[in-house]
Amino acid sequence: MSSGKHLNGIHVNHCKNTAGQAIIPMSLPEKVYIPMSQHIGAPCQPVVAVGDHVKVGQKIGDSEAFVCAPIHSSVSGDVTAINKAMSQMGRVDTIIEIVPDGKQEVAETVVPPVITDKASFIKAVRESGVVGLGGATFPMSVKFNVKPPAKVDTFIVNGAECEPYITVDHQNMLTHAQEIVDGVKAVLKWLEIERAFIGIETNKPDAIKLFNDLLKDEKNISVAELRQVYPQGAERVIIYETTGRHLIAGKLPADVGCIVSNVTSVLKMQQFLATGMPLVTKAMTVDGNAIAKPQNVEVPIGTPLCDVIEFCGGTKAEIRKMILGGPMMGRAIPKDEYGVMKGNSAILCFDETAGTQLPETACISCGRCVRGCPMNLMPTKLAKAWERQDIDTLREYDVTTCMECGCCSYSCPARKQLSFEIKLAKTWVMGEDRKAAEKAKAEAEAAKAKAEAEAAAKEGGDK
Amino acid sequence: MSTKHTNLIVSSAPHVNNPVDTKSIMRDVVIALCPALLVAIYVFGARALILTAVCVAACVIFEGGTRKLLNRPQTIGDWSAVVTGVILAFNLPVTMPIWMAIIGCFVAIVIVKQLFGGLGENFANPAIVGRIVLFVGFATPMTNWAVTSRMSSVIRDAAGDAVTGATPLGLLAAGKAVPSNMDMFLGLINGSMGEISALALLIGGCYLIWRKVITPEIPVAMLASIAVMALLMHQDPVFHIFAGGAMLGSIFMATDYVTSPITSKGKIIFGIGCGVLTMLIRVFGSYPEGVSFAILLMNILTPHIDRWTRTHINGVDRKAVKK
Repeated sequence: MSSGKHLNGIHVNHCKNTAGQAIIPMSLPEKVYIPMSQHIGAPCQPVVAVGDHVKVGQKIGDSEAFVCAPIHSSVSGDVTAINKAMSQMGRVDTIIEIVPDGKQEVAETVVPPVITDKASFIKAVRESGVVGLGGATFPMSVKFNVKPPAKVDTFIVNGAECEPYITVDHQNMLTHAQEIVDGVKAVLKWLEIERAFIGIETNKPDAIKLFNDLLKDEKNISVAELRQVYPQGAERVIIYETTGRHLIAGKLPADVGCIVSNVTSVLKMQQFLATGMPLVTKAMTVDGNAIAKPQNVEVPIGTPLCDVIEFCGGTKAEIRKMILGGPMMGRAIPKDEYGVMKGNSAILCFDETAGTQLPETACISCGRCVRGCPMNLMPTKLAKAWERQDIDTLREYDVTTCMECGCCSYSCPARKQLSFEIKLAKTWVMGEDRKAAEKAKAEAEAAKAKAEAEAAAKEGGDK
Repeated sequence: MSTKHTNLIVSSAPHVNNPVDTKSIMRDVVIALCPALLVAIYVFGARALILTAVCVAACVIFEGGTRKLLNRPQTIGDWSAVVTGVILAFNLPVTMPIWMAIIGCFVAIVIVKQLFGGLGENFANPAIVGRIVLFVGFATPMTNWAVTSRMSSVIRDAAGDAVTGATPLGLLAAGKAVPSNMDMFLGLINGSMGEISALALLIGGCYLIWRKVITPEIPVAMLASIAVMALLMHQDPVFHIFAGGAMLGSIFMATDYVTSPITSKGKIIFGIGCGVLTMLIRVFGSYPEGVSFAILLMNILTPHIDRWTRTHINGVDRKAVKK
């Protein structure tokens, strides 16, 4: 366990208004819009054509790429269009439109996978289409496919759910605890990992108790109680808080012997192993002061966001800001006609009072951002260096270590958008580093070619 | 089809903020200064209130006026000028002529703060430089320490029939008897208006720590190093932390965010520096009091302390990286 020390963080108002509410399955929408890029990595290519009839769980997009997860139809119905259009990520994506026939027939391919070894397990996880459902959307099978010399000894199930408002992971833990434990056991067995922690923030005592009871006879799986300090659910933070290991920028969790998976990802994976039904629905918390009836809903992937809001009783105030994910790291989107994606864990809608940006004032060097940074960075220093385009200081103060958790911006009394500025600075520095590396590589190659040419000329001269 | 929502506000995460902002911080500082103001009014009379009000008004007007002249966004709403006004007033003797106090406010707000870019950009604490300029420019009125009937008998006896008399530090420098530590703690002594009562200032300090406006590092390091230095010089440590501007300086002036280091380690170095310099000036310098000079000198060192005490990311062996 950890050494008793903790990483910095901040206290955020939990606003878990929907805690304890069952996840209600949503009714079928008139149309679903399923984008082909719902994960980090290569986008999928459609494997269906316009006019095809598809069934629930049928694969509709896949790719040969290593970092990728296939995409399945969430409804049975007819493919009416395959368009290039803007997805909720703000990028042009291939989007498959399907009109449900209402029958929700399950595809013939939906049968429990046969698993005999590690390779078949990883293949099954890939076929499940599960990605990091906490929002990072990293394909689960890629995470499991650890390349030597990295050796994993700890599997960490992330049930921290440290973002305010969101309660679906909590609810899934309460209602599917046994399946989650089964999923963990499968991972430990097939990947030959010694131990597992289920990390849960102490603001969910019922979930902690439930798992403690379930795991009382398990030697190598235990609950890790996490403090109520944001961001306990950030990968690097939960690794440190459970194992005491520091994951530095540019390294993967496997490099420090860990694999971290969101608790709902583990659940969806286990459901695929048991039934063969891939990831086609996503539990979401719908909340915010503009929502009439905040609640948790299980939404078919591709359902337009506006339909989800309508299902939750619509609005009680004019929405000025809509956030996909939590308020700390979620994305504000310009409109709500996009289809729900795998990584969406919440739709938060706010009215004028909460939606507008507060005016920025001068930095008073109070140090709140420094005390709040889990990575021990100096956000104020980085933001000032970015404002004067000082790349040397940005490098010296480790800008690329930032994980954009937003603690600095949250705690800033001058309302400076530190996290945003640091993100821009990070992108800039990483781009410059890449350019420098490419240049060095090209120069090395040129020098090598020149040396070879000279050697050849010399040899020629000798003759 | 469902109602669609378009033209929504798009901004970068996070979408929530801690309710604490610059204004609420400054307001907390003003609240924390109130107990000391009440003691000043009790000991010195109504003029303490008038002089404080004049300084606050002058600072706010200078702040607003300069921002307007410089065509910059208005900042009087952030309460920082109010804080400077109160603290500068607390650094003046109650008998200070009003026009001189206004000059101090001008120096603090216009020259030290606004000409360097306003709040956040000043390298020195405005109130401290304002006080030092007045101290050097108007030495006599700045050392005219009124004696009132509410003060310790030691102070009154030393003053004799005069309406002014030496402060405890002045008495100490002259080798005379000093008031009891209890009288010093309660503030029944003469001196600058706001510095006399250690008790009132401590109440304010505790309020600021409770409200998480300041962290204890600087006041504790500064007062502790004053006490240690006093012990080393065979003087009464309790007297020295209650005397002069030690309390006011350590709790309210050395902790000014802008001009003090950011990290805990930096704050401790800064506090120790302030304490040691204060005692060196008190004991060896030609002035009986050295808090403001000590803090000003450490203000100048702050950017360097910040660089020496920068934070480092977790999990990287820095020695190995350097090699």
